[in-house]
Amino acid sequence: MELPEPFLPGAISLLEQLDKKMMVVLRDGKTLVGYLRTIDQFANLVLHNTVERIHVENCYGDISRGIFLVRGENVVLCGEIDEENRPNELIQVSVSKILEMQQAKFDLKREQDQAKIEAMKGRGKLPQIRNPSDILGEDPF
Amino acid sequence: MLFFSFFKSLVGKQVIVEFKNDFMLTGTLHSVDQYLNMKVTDITVHNPEKYPYMISVKNAFIRGSVIRYVHLPVDSVDTQLLQDATRKEILQNRQQKKTEAQV
Repeated sequence: MELPEPFLPGAISLLEQLDKKMMVVLRDGKTLVGYLRTIDQFANLVLHNTVERIHVENCYGDISRGIFLVRGENVVLCGEIDEENRPNELIQVSVSKILEMQQAKFDLKREQDQAKIEAMKGRGKLPQIRNPSDILGEDPF
Repeated sequence: MLFFSFFKSLVGKQVIVEFKNDFMLTGTLHSVDQYLNMKVTDITVHNPEKYPYMISVKNAFIRGSVIRYVHLPVDSVDTQLLQDATRKEILQNRQQKKTEAQV
């Protein structure tokens, strides 16, 4: 089927990626892996057999999510997964384990930040503005 | 339109894309569109320890709205040409406004 140029200004480059397994990184830090089924000019995406992949250190866990419609404004990047040429050296663990690890990491960071704030207060310095990317799920944009 | 044409002239060159969330990657510019969305091939990530999942990704579509900077190779940019094109664009816009005001 010959499509007029440019058929979908703003997403023409994604046409070739249809039905391919894509890794979509969202603004809140989530990583979604799924087959790209639909696109539009806003880079809204429909992903099929989607899995939310959580990474902690060198482990990852997959949570099945089914079909996702992602609003284009939340997309950071949409990458083609090439597992044959660039194998994943990460270890896959169960969902409960990865969620535990993630929570542990988050708690540790909170504790460290609290300790820092206390130390700064003791020296008369005000607490720093929090870095949004350190807060789970926060949009660093 | 000016920067769209500018990036079209840079297709095939190595660029470093710096994202608004401080993520950085290097790759070859494959294509660009009017929203300055970019497709980059042969990706290498600058901080692979922080972003381990990017190891299996070698091509990516980057939404224009998330880009902070695009670092370009010095020799691929003709600043004189850019300046002339900018002046032309401003003149064109002024003339367009005039004709629109007359209508």
